Amino acid sequence: MANESMFVSAFIYLVAAVVSVPVAKRLGLSSVLGYLVAGMLIGPFALRLVGEEGQAVMHFSEFGVVMMLFLIGLELRPSMLWRMRLPIIGLGGSQVVLTTLAVTGGALAIGLGWQMALAVGLILALSSTAIVMQSLQEKGLGGTEAGRSAFSVLLFQDIAVIPILAALPLLATLPAAGGGGHDGGGNVLSDWLSHQPGWMNTLMVLGAVVGIIFAGRFVLQPLLALVAGTRVREAFVALALVLVIGIALLMNSLGVSAALGTFLAGVVLADSPYRHELESDIEPFKGILLGVFFISVGASIDFSLVAGNPWLVAGIVAGLFVAKALVLFVLGSFAGQGLDQRLIFSLYLAQGGEFGFVLLGMALSGGVLDERTCQVLVASVALSMALTPLVMLAEEKLVRPRFGTRVAGEREADEMAEDAPVILAGVGRFGNFVARMLRSQGVEVTVIDNDSEHIEFLRRLGIKAFYGDANRHDLLEAAGAAKASVLICTLGGEEQVARLISTARKHFPQLKIMVRAVSRNHEYELVEEGLDFVIHQNAGSAIQMAEAALRELGWRAHRASRAAKTFARHDHAATRALAGDHRDETTYIKRVRQSLSELEELFEQDAKRRERESATPWDAIQLRKDSAAGYPDAGGAKDGD
Amino acid sequence: MERTLIVFCHPALEKSRTNRALIEGVADLDGVTVSDLYERYPDFLIDVKREQDQLVEHERIVWQFPLFWYSTPSLMKEWMDVVFQYGWAYGRGGNALAGKRVKAVVTTGADAGSYTAEGFNGHTVRDLLLPLERSARMCGMEFAEPLVFYDALKLDGGGLARAVADYRKWLKEGD
Ligand SMILES: Cc1cc2nc3c(=O)[nH]c(=O)nc-3n(C[C@H](O)[C@H](O)[C@H](O)COP(=O)(O)O)c2cc1C
Repeated sequence: MANESMFVSAFIYLVAAVVSVPVAKRLGLSSVLGYLVAGMLIGPFALRLVGEEGQAVMHFSEFGVVMMLFLIGLELRPSMLWRMRLPIIGLGGSQVVLTTLAVTGGALAIGLGWQMALAVGLILALSSTAIVMQSLQEKGLGGTEAGRSAFSVLLFQDIAVIPILAALPLLATLPAAGGGGHDGGGNVLSDWLSHQPGWMNTLMVLGAVVGIIFAGRFVLQPLLALVAGTRVREAFVALALVLVIGIALLMNSLGVSAALGTFLAGVVLADSPYRHELESDIEPFKGILLGVFFISVGASIDFSLVAGNPWLVAGIVAGLFVAKALVLFVLGSFAGQGLDQRLIFSLYLAQGGEFGFVLLGMALSGGVLDERTCQVLVASVALSMALTPLVMLAEEKLVRPRFGTRVAGEREADEMAEDAPVILAGVGRFGNFVARMLRSQGVEVTVIDNDSEHIEFLRRLGIKAFYGDANRHDLLEAAGAAKASVLICTLGGEEQVARLISTARKHFPQLKIMVRAVSRNHEYELVEEGLDFVIHQNAGSAIQMAEAALRELGWRAHRASRAAKTFARHDHAATRALAGDHRDETTYIKRVRQSLSELEELFEQDAKRRERESATPWDAIQLRKDSAAGYPDAGGAKDGD
Repeated sequence: MERTLIVFCHPALEKSRTNRALIEGVADLDGVTVSDLYERYPDFLIDVKREQDQLVEHERIVWQFPLFWYSTPSLMKEWMDVVFQYGWAYGRGGNALAGKRVKAVVTTGADAGSYTAEGFNGHTVRDLLLPLERSARMCGMEFAEPLVFYDALKLDGGGLARAVADYRKWLKEGD
């Protein structure tokens, strides 16, 4: 049964992922390396758990790269992308051109015809966005100079795939082999397109790009708002997937890289309030797909071929690394990078990439390269990818310590980081006041709420507001919880509050946690938790109301005000005192009974206090009595006493 | 006509006898504005601008309060601290109060005899109010002889009526 075999291989791949990543992490290695090794182990040359379908799985899981670019796009506001145009075109452009020339030269030197040599050069010029971005992120290098430059280069390469795809057929010297092409064929639109002149194609591509930008603004945003408004989480997740898959399909049928399309969509949505929600919804899919992708790369390495031609493959891999790294190193110095950054930049990007596989498939089917060359190159590219984590590890352990690299370079403060000192979870009626008050004092507040209307509204007021469940670790992270000092929780449900507290305590121990309690019992529970601040949701306004009532009854304002403050303070203390006793009781009935008796107790205490307090300050009445009775110290003494 | 601002300061008027009689007895006078500090600012958050504007509109200022620990009740002090701003009341460009006359109207628990050099309290009330006097002068104001109602705890009936009459007379006729 076809389904069954699909489940079996899904099971194998996922088990491989589940086993390999913790092992790799335990050994202090990157997860990418873990995946790749796992792939080699389950592949046809070791355990033989997976076989032919490896290639298919690879094509399928390439979609992880598409998702990754969508996520990268989400991190990049259009303004930021615009600011990066120079490094993208300058660094990226020169890298592709120079590396192509270098590799082509090498290929010519070992006797390939110029067309073949150029094709090989173009194909190998590309690096692996998947491995590099994943590793940069994992190692926290994303914000460094090297990280940003690497990103620029990768972005350019992803764009360059389009013209390279278009140019490859022109280099054909052999009869077309047919088949093997990856995503072409079959589609009416692409069939039609392939019969149109080149300019038509270009026009369609431009149209698609403009369309995505336009749709992002005027269709997707409202659509996201609409679906978010339903508060059905899975509907939003589905929409996020529809979005990414839809754009990928569209771009593919236009012959444009799907990765580029989703990247653009990401950029367009980077300004939207749903950015973090989209991010955290797509993230797990991306993670799994990328993992499976890495595994399939590992599994696809044809070790018998490698064993048969050890020197050839080793030579190609080594040559590739050296040539690419050298070019990058030189570019890095032109870009003014320090030596340490230049080393990261050049060593990280020196492998072949996943688009290389796509292009090799095209080259084979289009009669550009012969089968053997292709197989050798596929093995070499896969090996170079598999070796990359090792190179990174070597750089990290052996090279970098000598340079004292600053690992965490400064980020683009305003764009990347949300570093308000206060994070407000939940911004209903209560939270609103908190946010307004703090903002009125110039204190920045980042808001997380799962009501899309609140979010839209706050955004319009210029408040950083994110849509989603505040108790999710990733969302908190995105909102800058690692850098904030205070987390104020005004969420409604006690469950939600509890989850937020435990997440925040676990992952962001530096946060002061302040919580609004929704009931007396809730307040007791929170007090027992030992949070930094707990207040009953009605404490403030209810007491103020009582104070105003006293004034209406003719009380002097100052007396009423003191009474209110004293009451609030006393109530606060009483709650804390009662919180301890509260611990034991379990059942609901018991609770209610207890809280009633507590209420009684509170009332009694209040009454006793009233007697005591009424006697206290400025009590001229007693003074007057004593003075009349001739008591010497009453109101100062009489002369001569 | 000369306008008079009575800056009135009693934290528990509901328990007062003398000050209540005094303030109620003069509030109806023409040209007299009563500013009840503890009523207006129960939380001590004084509206500085409002207080300053009000001062500017009056030629004569009265500080009326019961003597507490040989001094003013605390809100009175807060009021001075925040309202007499540098650059407004004193210092460079600070002449908003210059030329005004200010008088303290004080009630004391102890009797008149105690407020003499030889008496139990060893100082006159005027001497004890030296910080007020100096502050007034600092702001270019004239500090008039305080109007003191001694033995306020014992005042009642006729005594209170006489005190109110004295207060009214002074407000109407001046020194
Ligand atoms: C806190 C406090 C401090 C006082 N200190 C003094 C004092 O230093 N000298 C004095 O003569 N009377 C003192 N008294 C007595 C008050 O001056 C007296 O109660 C007041 O003038 C009575 O006026 P009333 O009826 O308007 O409250 C003090 C009273 C209180 C409540």
